[in-house]
Amino acid sequence: MEQTKEQFKFLSQHKLQTRLSGEFGDKIAKIVMQTVAIAILATLILMVILLVQMSSEAINEFGSDFLTNSTWDPISEEFGVLSFLYGTLITSILALLIAAPISVMVAIFITEILPLKLGQVLGLFVEMIAAIPSIVFGLWGLFFLAPLVRESITPFLKSTLGFLPFFQGPSFGIGILTASIILATMILPTITSITREVFKTIPQHQKEAALALGATREEMIKLAVLRPSFSGITGAIVLGFGRALGETMAVAMVIGNSSKITLSLFAPGATMSSVIANEYAEASAGLHLSSLCFVGLLLFAVTLIVNSAARFIVWKFSPLSKSERKEKRS
Amino acid sequence: MNYKWRKLRNKFFIISLSLAAAICLTPLILVTSFILQKGASSLDLNFFTQLPAPVGDVGGGMMHAILGTIYMVALGSLIAVPLGIIGGIYLSEFGKGGISKSLRIATDVMTGIPSIIIGIFAYILLVVPFKTFSALSGAFALSLIILPVVIRSSEEILKLVPNHIREAGLALGLPRWKVILFIIVRGNLSALFTGVMLAVARASGETAPLLFTAFGNMYLSSSPMEPMASLPVQIYTYAISPFEDWQRQSWAGAFVLIMLVIGVNLGARAILNPSAIKEFFKRS
Repeated sequence: MEQTKEQFKFLSQHKLQTRLSGEFGDKIAKIVMQTVAIAILATLILMVILLVQMSSEAINEFGSDFLTNSTWDPISEEFGVLSFLYGTLITSILALLIAAPISVMVAIFITEILPLKLGQVLGLFVEMIAAIPSIVFGLWGLFFLAPLVRESITPFLKSTLGFLPFFQGPSFGIGILTASIILATMILPTITSITREVFKTIPQHQKEAALALGATREEMIKLAVLRPSFSGITGAIVLGFGRALGETMAVAMVIGNSSKITLSLFAPGATMSSVIANEYAEASAGLHLSSLCFVGLLLFAVTLIVNSAARFIVWKFSPLSKSERKEKRS
Repeated sequence: MNYKWRKLRNKFFIISLSLAAAICLTPLILVTSFILQKGASSLDLNFFTQLPAPVGDVGGGMMHAILGTIYMVALGSLIAVPLGIIGGIYLSEFGKGGISKSLRIATDVMTGIPSIIIGIFAYILLVVPFKTFSALSGAFALSLIILPVVIRSSEEILKLVPNHIREAGLALGLPRWKVILFIIVRGNLSALFTGVMLAVARASGETAPLLFTAFGNMYLSSSPMEPMASLPVQIYTYAISPFEDWQRQSWAGAFVLIMLVIGVNLGARAILNPSAIKEFFKRS
């Protein structure tokens, strides 16, 4: 009896100790994790504050004129972002026009047509494109794609679509068109992999129902796959757009860096990120540096808006989240 | 509608899909074959063992840039990987409070920030006060690129752990931190490692954040407070230079870089089981 009592006492004491140490450990673990989380948040906030602070000189000097002025002249210290904003938007939109249809088609091909194993292999290859560093794309663009654009693509476009203002003027190889083609290649894997994920959320019985009604493969894909995932695909494309907006090195190497706004796609241009990459290290302190930071701040704002819009579209309209919400409600 | 016409349209549709796949793979094949061909022919042992030759001289190598990339990526990972894994654990295990919600949003935002802006941030924070380009600022910029990717991948991986495993650990009387550290994290080390390697591979190919933080250097340096060369920046400087020998070397550099990045990438994927790959790519 005595012994068991002592044993019990010992055991309960031991239990108390371990529980205490456990609670103590848990508290420390939680505090550590929360500190890390807050530190990461603080870094992000600090980034925004420092960017605003650095660009305050340019903001005070130019104000909203910065957005509407297309002159960028470091010598007479007159700066405006309009031509770079135009360059960023035109290259990204052109890249989307090329990449979006191709990547959606590739995603259909992988998920609906190819056998599972083969589809996975093709998917891996597509994802390998995303692994290639941007500088390698730039190098390839400079020495392979630019001559190709100058010697075969430009004459072809001029002879077929030359009546449009976009396809007129001389071509030096490097320019808006070359940059857009490279951008399109780089955002292809992004759009493809997200679209594939959207397609995966479509229930199998929906496809089978379409096939059972006598639809061909093509009709089944249009009715049962593309239509319900329309918003998901839109989200994927907008996310690809956000990716294209911020891409720096490959574009900086092939766009030609000229701050003139021209309608011709063969002409050289510049984007917001490329001007930062090219001029930042050489900018002497002062208004030039501050203006470059302002360009960076605007680029940050634009990508943030586009990315949030993409997430909002995917979250709000995707069939998965709809069914999830229904489950939650019931 | 005519049956034959519908069948024809179906065939046409499938052919155009395969054409799209071919178009999509063309740049991959062109880039790799171009770099393989140009790079392998200009690659020699000197490339790995020598410093750059003086301007105008033929020869020399990129040893300093290769070492610089390894140095800065290692330093950046040293900062980012522990923090990223802790952040990922926090999101997957305590993912409901206000802090974790804001951390999740912050991670999303950080993933979307163009890398050049991270470079500006590192410049303002670490180059301006010390008045010199430095390897430390480069490593810091790289760590900010690695961090959100690691957080995201660790969260996704740890979320896959079924709840009954956590419950089993708790039922044995283990405190929660022990369950997390010795059961959940330890049981998924290889998957976590894969996520880390994918992030590191991505960071080692980044040029934009290093342009005006680590800047570049023609000599070997080991001090974190001095400018340091890196493979991507060296490729960039050589590629836009007018010297043919430098351009040749930049192809060789691209060859080494692409081998490094794709090698690490494929190796990391080989470790991981397929289901986790799917989960990881769902949100990246």
